[in-house]
Amino acid sequence: MYRYTLLTSITNRATGIVLSAGLILLVYWLVAIASGASAYHHARAVLSLGVLKAIYVILLATFSYHLFAGVRHLIWDTGAGLERAQSKRSAAFVVIASLLLFVGLAWWALHAGGHAP
Amino acid sequence: MTKSSGANRDAAEPRPRRGEAQEGASNLRNPLARVLGQGSAKEGVHHWWVQRLTSVALVPLTVWFVVSLLSLPSLDHATVVAWMGQLWTAVFLILLVLTAAWHSQLGVRVVVEDYVHGSGAKALTLALVTFFHVVVAVAGVLAILKVALGGAV
Repeated sequence: MYRYTLLTSITNRATGIVLSAGLILLVYWLVAIASGASAYHHARAVLSLGVLKAIYVILLATFSYHLFAGVRHLIWDTGAGLERAQSKRSAAFVVIASLLLFVGLAWWALHAGGHAP
Repeated sequence: MTKSSGANRDAAEPRPRRGEAQEGASNLRNPLARVLGQGSAKEGVHHWWVQRLTSVALVPLTVWFVVSLLSLPSLDHATVVAWMGQLWTAVFLILLVLTAAWHSQLGVRVVVEDYVHGSGAKALTLALVTFFHVVVAVAGVLAILKVALGGAV
C-alpha cells in the first residue's frame, strides 16, 4: 500500500546504522587528536587508507539521506504530509534533495584544500 | 459511554478520538497531548520523544560539523587543535557527540528489538549496545575537553 514509505523507512534505518558506525570513526579521530601530534600522525595514516576513503563517501551519502528522511519523519510527527499522494511526493523530494546534497558535499570534499585526511 | 471496564485505562483520552481514528492515515499518529505521560505507554513515549528531540538537535549540529570540517584549511594536528581550542567549537562538538550517541543508541535499540530474537540474546545485545554507546560518548567528550583545555601536544 504505502510502498514508498516502506522503502524510505527501511533505508532511513539502514543509513542510521551506517551513521552509528560513522560515530565510532568520529570518536576515533577525536581521541587521536587528543593523544598528541605523533599519535595523530599515525592515526592519519590509518584514516587515509583507501578503504576508509570509500567509507567517507558512503558516510556523506548516508548522512545526506538520513538528514532529509529524518526531517520528513519529523514533519510526519506533526501530522502533516501523511496522505498517500503527499507521502509519494515527499519520498521523491527526499531522494532528489539528498542526491543533490551528496553530490555537493562530495564535490566540496574533493576540492577542499589539503583534505586527503 | 458506559461500555467496557477497559475504558478506564485511557480515561484521559478524549472520547471522540475513537471514531476519528478510523477516518484516515493522519489519525494514526500519537498526538503529544494524548500520549505524554499517560498510562503504561510512559517508557515508549519517553523513547519516542527523546528520539525526536535528538533528531531536531542533530540537524543544525551535524550540518555545522560537516561544513566546519570541510572549511578547515587542512586537517593537520596544529590546525585541528587550534580549531577545537575555540570555545564554541568545543561546545558544539561535545553537544554533537552526546546527542549523536544518544540518538544512535535509541535507533540501534529499535533495530535490535525488531531483529534479534530470543529474550536472552535480545537483553544481552541491548546491554552491549548501551555500554558501547556510553563508552563512545565518554571517550569523545573527554577527548574534546582534553584538546580544548590545551592537553593535546
